[in-house]
Amino acid sequence: MVTSVTSFSRTGLSDWLIQRVTSLVLLAYFILIAYQLLGSVDYTSWRALFDQTWMKVFTLMAALSLAAHSWIGLWSVFTDYLTERMLGPKGNAIRLACQLGASLSLVGYVIWIIVVVWS
Amino acid sequence: MLQVSLYRYNPETDDAPFMQDFSVDTSGRDLMVLDVLELIKAEHDGSVTYRRSCREGVCGSDGLNMNGKNGLACITPLSDAVKGGKLVIRPLPGLPVIRDLVVDMSLFYAQYEKVQPYLQNPTPAPAIERLQSPEERAHLDGLYECILCACCSTSCPSFWWNPDRFVGPAGLLQAYRFLADSRDTATEERLAKLDDPFSVFRCHGIQNCVNVCPKGLNPTKAIGHIRTMLLNRAT
Repeated sequence: MVTSVTSFSRTGLSDWLIQRVTSLVLLAYFILIAYQLLGSVDYTSWRALFDQTWMKVFTLMAALSLAAHSWIGLWSVFTDYLTERMLGPKGNAIRLACQLGASLSLVGYVIWIIVVVWS
Repeated sequence: MLQVSLYRYNPETDDAPFMQDFSVDTSGRDLMVLDVLELIKAEHDGSVTYRRSCREGVCGSDGLNMNGKNGLACITPLSDAVKGGKLVIRPLPGLPVIRDLVVDMSLFYAQYEKVQPYLQNPTPAPAIERLQSPEERAHLDGLYECILCACCSTSCPSFWWNPDRFVGPAGLLQAYRFLADSRDTATEERLAKLDDPFSVFRCHGIQNCVNVCPKGLNPTKAIGHIRTMLLNRAT
């Protein structure tokens, strides 16, 4: 058992399952957005779409899914390439800094989306 | 004449590894790559170092990287390995080189040891043997044949980056070999040790292992079965 305090859910199975479920949410959301964009889009119809509560909830779900999906993916990349094995003694510090930057960015994006959609 | 480029490194005399070229007379025969190494050692440079034993694809000693693809030198014919009239031979990637084509497989064996590759069953053994039905025995086909040559694990990028934490395709194939064995009773303990972000789930299913396995085995499929068992156990 290899533990890691920085992985999203601490267990491999949960991370794996969350990544797959979130990908389905994102797929559904992007199909909806693509469908809307393929039709005639103007400011009024776009605004009307995002004024509906279900769309706000769906957008929030997509934003949270994107954040969780991104974190699990980025965490895998960081723990592959930004390690002491790859970068020498500074590897762990560099990885932690990148993980901190990525997590703050993702939290920031989610808050930003909430402010834009729900305000 | 076959042009062979060989990875050379003797830590006692060389500052860094280098490639050495040889022109080998194969007399137009479709030799195995191991035969070419034997010719180089006998006729060109007796210091060329590599592992070999059975020379028929059973012992798994001569796993090498030939023109970019891992395989057993003894059962890889030149007609399969040579590209553009040239053969480039390197040690298995990702493991520390001891000398020339010989790698230190300690990390590989440590992961193999981690999956406890032996039957666990605390109930008293029957007088003759623990019986299996033909169907139960069939579950082990495609799993027990592994010869631990390390061609699969050393072709896997996840194993290159995390050889101390990712079990790797060879170890996971053996993990499933005992998870699938009807006589083994340690399924729960085995699964509990695998449910972390690295041991199994560092596999991203790119199937390099399947592509190179000289025995035609499918570690990716076995890893998929382990994932399913972990999912069934947790839900």
